[in-house]
Amino acid sequence: MAQIVVDRVRHTYRPPRGKPVLALEDVSLEVREREFVALLGPSGCGKSTLLYLIGGFLPVESGGIAVDGKPVAAPGPDRGIVFQHFALFPWKTVRGNILYGLERQGMASAERQKRAQHFIDLVGLTGFEDSFPSHLSGGMKQRAALARTLAFDPKILLMDEPFGALDAQTRHLMQTELLGIWQRTPKTVIFVTHDVQEAVYLADRVAVMSARPGRIKTIVDIKVDKTDPGVFKAKAFVDKVDEIWNLVKVEAIKAQGAPAA
Amino acid sequence: MKALLRYSPLLILAIGWELVSRLGLVSGDALPSLTAVAAAWVDLVRDGDLVSNGLASLYRGGAGLALAIMIGGTLGILMARWKPVNVIFGPIVEIFYPVPKTALIPVTVIWLGLGDRSKILLIVLGCMIPVTIGAFNGARSAEQVLIWSARSMGADRIRTLWDVVVPSALPELLNGIRTALALAFILLVSSELITAQNGFGYLIGSLGDNGNYDAMYAVVLTVALLGFAADRLYQVLMHEMLIWRQ
Repeated sequence: MAQIVVDRVRHTYRPPRGKPVLALEDVSLEVREREFVALLGPSGCGKSTLLYLIGGFLPVESGGIAVDGKPVAAPGPDRGIVFQHFALFPWKTVRGNILYGLERQGMASAERQKRAQHFIDLVGLTGFEDSFPSHLSGGMKQRAALARTLAFDPKILLMDEPFGALDAQTRHLMQTELLGIWQRTPKTVIFVTHDVQEAVYLADRVAVMSARPGRIKTIVDIKVDKTDPGVFKAKAFVDKVDEIWNLVKVEAIKAQGAPAA
Repeated sequence: MKALLRYSPLLILAIGWELVSRLGLVSGDALPSLTAVAAAWVDLVRDGDLVSNGLASLYRGGAGLALAIMIGGTLGILMARWKPVNVIFGPIVEIFYPVPKTALIPVTVIWLGLGDRSKILLIVLGCMIPVTIGAFNGARSAEQVLIWSARSMGADRIRTLWDVVVPSALPELLNGIRTALALAFILLVSSELITAQNGFGYLIGSLGDNGNYDAMYAVVLTVALLGFAADRLYQVLMHEMLIWRQ
């Protein structure tokens, strides 16, 4: 049985002022344990909304979402999340941020310290333990955010365009690192992105979403050898990117309201 | 050296004051010379008048401000995060905001008498407003993603309020408290001037009534310097508490 089951979910975004917008309609998706699934689609298609629903941050309006057979009702430490803009507590140091989740899990102090240091080292922030987030670069902030989420060991990792705010070089380094970490400590990952290359490089499957109201349009299986250093130039990789890009392009044009070419 | 340079206008003012008074440009009653004021100050300290009245004022101001911070801070944060609280208290705060709080001096005296309690109530009522508004605006600016992050790490709603909303509100809350601190001095001294048996305000009033202007000026200056020192000390504290923002 799939670990995450999204069953005919619908969600209406209700802004404080103005008309409600149907953000998701009839979305169904199943994700297996330790699978890496990318949610790809034009901006405004509701891919982040779907992630927040799985996280339990937004209420499910109709349909259902279950994790390990239990319906999702609230956020919980079985589902860790990493946001595009890091969402580190600015008043806590790198160490303080990482310790926070461990404290909430009721871990003993000595073990907390040890575990926090392990994850600080893992993401390469050794020496920056006592820095406040405002003193870190974007890439370092995202490493800290990733360490914070990995440290409390959620079974599921929800990632909301986590590398979208980084420069191209840092983004690529972070992608490679994430893949490495994921291969060493396998977790179920749902990764929201609008970057086709990123989706093909990271994911086992890519779920392409349609323009608003968002639905899952197609799910594409990815089978490329990610250990190959030249993977970005491999024919299998380039073909996959082309194939998915063509699917996304149609939706992106629709999202802009222009006639499809 | 830098501090000396920064406050040199005050030194010039003091010298000007002394000269104007010594040269007889203004009457000694209206503006006694600074040296005469200093001598009167030493006498007041020696008699114990300044200290005993000062302690009475300090108690009222401290108690009033502490209560205002506790009540106002809690109210502002709850108003920002919980709609029913805002619906009930929002209009009350809005109506109360522009009321000149000194107008409430007779009211608090009728309620609680001439002693400490009426002054403390006045300070609580007056100082609560900037604290509440600061806490409210600060708590409203708490980022959703931070609250969600804490929730996903296992914090429940109450815990999130304390761990995320309060620190997010801190910069604005601390600014509100700074305004309240200055307001506390104003309300304290005005209420003591009108009805009191002791305190800085009482001392200023009674010395003035007896024509002891040197000593009256000495108390006024003491209050001014205490206000200045309290604000500077508070700013240092605020800087320490917000060190993560630098």
